[in-house]
Amino acid sequence: MAKLDPAITTVAHHFVLPERLRNFGQIYGGLTALLLIILYDIVFRPHFLQVQSLYNDLQEVAPIAIIATGMTLVIATGGIDLSVGSLMAFAGALAPIIFLSPLLSNMLLLGNALALIIPLIVTGLLGLFNGFLITRFRIQPIIATLVLFIAGRGMALVLSNDKLQDFNNPGFQFIGQGRVVGIPFQVILMLIIVAVFAVIMRITTFGRYVLATGGNEAAARLAGIPVNRVKLAVYTISALLAALAGFIIISINSSSDATRVGLNGELDAIAAVAVGGTPLTGGRAAVVGTLIGALIIYLIGATLVSQNVSFGVAQMIKAAIILVAVYFQRQRKG
Amino acid sequence: MIQDDPLLRMEHISKAFPGVVALVDAHLSVNRGEVHALVGQNGAGKSTLIKILTGAHRRDSGSINFDGAAIDFQSPQQAQNNGISTIYQEINLVPFRSVAENVFMAREPRRWGFINWRKMHAEAATLLKRLSVSIDVTQPLMNYNIAIQQMVAIARAISFESKLVVMDEPTSSLNEREVETLFTIIRQLKAEGVSVIFVGHRLDELYAICDRVTIMRDGRTVDVREMKDLPKVELVSKMLGKELGEVRRHGQTSFKVGQHHVEQEVLLEARGLRRGRVLQGASVDVHAGEIVGLAGLLGSGRSEVARAVFGADPLEEGAVRVEGKPAHFHSPADAIHAGIGFCPEDRKMDGIIPYLSVRENLTLAALPTLARNGIVSREKQREIVDRFIKRLDIKTAGPEQKIRELSGGNQQKVLLARWLCLNPKLLILDEPTRGIDVGAKAEIQALIEELAEKGLGVLMISSELEELLEGSDRVVVLHDGQTVASLAHEDINLSVVVAAMAHGDDDISPETAKGEEEVPHGEA
Repeated sequence: MAKLDPAITTVAHHFVLPERLRNFGQIYGGLTALLLIILYDIVFRPHFLQVQSLYNDLQEVAPIAIIATGMTLVIATGGIDLSVGSLMAFAGALAPIIFLSPLLSNMLLLGNALALIIPLIVTGLLGLFNGFLITRFRIQPIIATLVLFIAGRGMALVLSNDKLQDFNNPGFQFIGQGRVVGIPFQVILMLIIVAVFAVIMRITTFGRYVLATGGNEAAARLAGIPVNRVKLAVYTISALLAALAGFIIISINSSSDATRVGLNGELDAIAAVAVGGTPLTGGRAAVVGTLIGALIIYLIGATLVSQNVSFGVAQMIKAAIILVAVYFQRQRKG
Repeated sequence: MIQDDPLLRMEHISKAFPGVVALVDAHLSVNRGEVHALVGQNGAGKSTLIKILTGAHRRDSGSINFDGAAIDFQSPQQAQNNGISTIYQEINLVPFRSVAENVFMAREPRRWGFINWRKMHAEAATLLKRLSVSIDVTQPLMNYNIAIQQMVAIARAISFESKLVVMDEPTSSLNEREVETLFTIIRQLKAEGVSVIFVGHRLDELYAICDRVTIMRDGRTVDVREMKDLPKVELVSKMLGKELGEVRRHGQTSFKVGQHHVEQEVLLEARGLRRGRVLQGASVDVHAGEIVGLAGLLGSGRSEVARAVFGADPLEEGAVRVEGKPAHFHSPADAIHAGIGFCPEDRKMDGIIPYLSVRENLTLAALPTLARNGIVSREKQREIVDRFIKRLDIKTAGPEQKIRELSGGNQQKVLLARWLCLNPKLLILDEPTRGIDVGAKAEIQALIEELAEKGLGVLMISSELEELLEGSDRVVVLHDGQTVASLAHEDINLSVVVAAMAHGDDDISPETAKGEEEVPHGEA
């Protein structure tokens, strides 16, 4: 330890590659925390390394990681999206209505296709509405998205007549129960989504537009960047990913409960983004960091519960660890 | 002038930041009741020295004596409580709070634990009256312009009954009348025995108000002199570290005095621009290869004309034509598409994306041309960035350095390169050399000149008359949002421009006429 210290200081004090080094440091810091938790789990959670147990954990994380990816983009533009949890419930309520409708009962494939496409389109439009409130009426994102945070779950309840919708539809439920070469489909979906958006943020014009918009909106506009369109896009993406997460939840549960699907999802997502190293002030986006953040938060909770720590105490410890993680991210930023 | 017992004596100050040595054995000594100029190019170490004085940075070595005692402030607040106030270039106030609250922030007069509003308002008004500012102190600060906000910052500083007030480029957002007010205040402080450290770039102001000057270069103190014994040319050469003759060959700026070959073709015609109270019928033309200077006092609508032409603000009335064709720009993107670039006045607020790299900042406007299927070619980006870093001599650790870590002059070069890499037809420059050190300033002026020679049309806004007079082929003068004069090259001279700028102020014209003589000019 004592021998390592000077080396670490030298690296930190060299300004030659500050950007990359710090970016790397941020992901690395989160990764280190994650590895520590995993190490602990390997030792103290007897079945942790068993494939089934691992998949269970990843299945739980997938919906949160997916909405947190959208949240990362939104936060990178300097905004926030409180509506995602409610939009999960909305998409989750709409899909079964479509595939259970008597009209489509004889056309399974078409029914399932429409049950995916229609909720995606409608939820995407709701995301566009969020963006519209923010760009057109200059409403602050936290307030603008609060509208659908409240109304979204309301619409889900109205759609489902306040009733639980139970179903057994293996075709549709592949999204939450299916496996590809033995790996749960939603885990693959999560990894693809994270990878795609990580790449988008790195190499595309759109990624740079997002960062420029969040980094300095006035300057971005004067450099010819269509900041309004960028914002419309990120809120739409966030809503679309929320719809996917909603599908996953109802598929796992074989039922859609509008009161519970995606409950507190927006807060879990924001926590994952924060722990992942994306500053809430905008201008930076750590997409892979967000996945790591989601894993950290989930595993801490799961580990504590498996160690027979009561749920209440687990919540408190979880909060404390989030605080520590975010504190270290801030330190590194300075 | 050198007193045995100076108020402040900083000696052998050294400071290294990771990878950079900021100060090497720097000195600064300020007498009681003295106005002391601190000058140097950006990166010379002025700011670091000031920050060490006020406790914002810790020194690596050296000693500081203030008012007879060795001091080592841990924070600017501690410095303030001990009699050193600082007014920063970027005003450090809270826009949403009232003027009075800003003056007394963190030490509001209290009664029974509650803020004594009446007393606070009265005292704030009294303080501001001392500065000849009569405003409603209960209004939020953001309701007032930058000049007033600066006066509020000064009122806050003097309310601490400081022995030393540090002013970091205090005049950069003031017009001439406000500068005169500020100087009156500085003289008043001086008469009361308060010392002032005046960090500035405008030589005429330094000569007008300062007693002595400390010149810094590359983190060292290179000279300390009485202002009155130091010729301007020598001061500049000490700052630059260049030979005297080399500096003298240029005028006040790096613009060649002499007209360019101006093309017949009209590049930009903006006629009768109107928006609210700020634009009331402004017109300006720019030809290819022409540098048009846009002159006017603060609030005359110069920046508003630029923003309107660029599509950044909507127009209520008026016509813009580019190369003879009517142009309706709904956003800057439209104007950029038509071949126009715009470097805004406030680099920090409207120019740079602070946490992005030099590479990303430089290529921001060019991204659509660098991308195929939405994917940006990093090689093309690097090629452009390397070329412009070399071409404009941008001082950076590398293309991946964050732009906020660069000096003002180098940030401005990156912003210029942002447009130049698009090969624009017209470049609108709002205060292109404000807050930039002398060296970078000269380079930027020479660059503008060179670009115009190659056929670029330039619309240049500047508060520095030397820059306008020497650089422009034509000067268009605005007053209260209206074009009041368009002076051809042979008609441009100081008295005509100043007279036009003051146009309309009939009741105070005798004073304006007097003011004209006072405006210093290098060639006078």
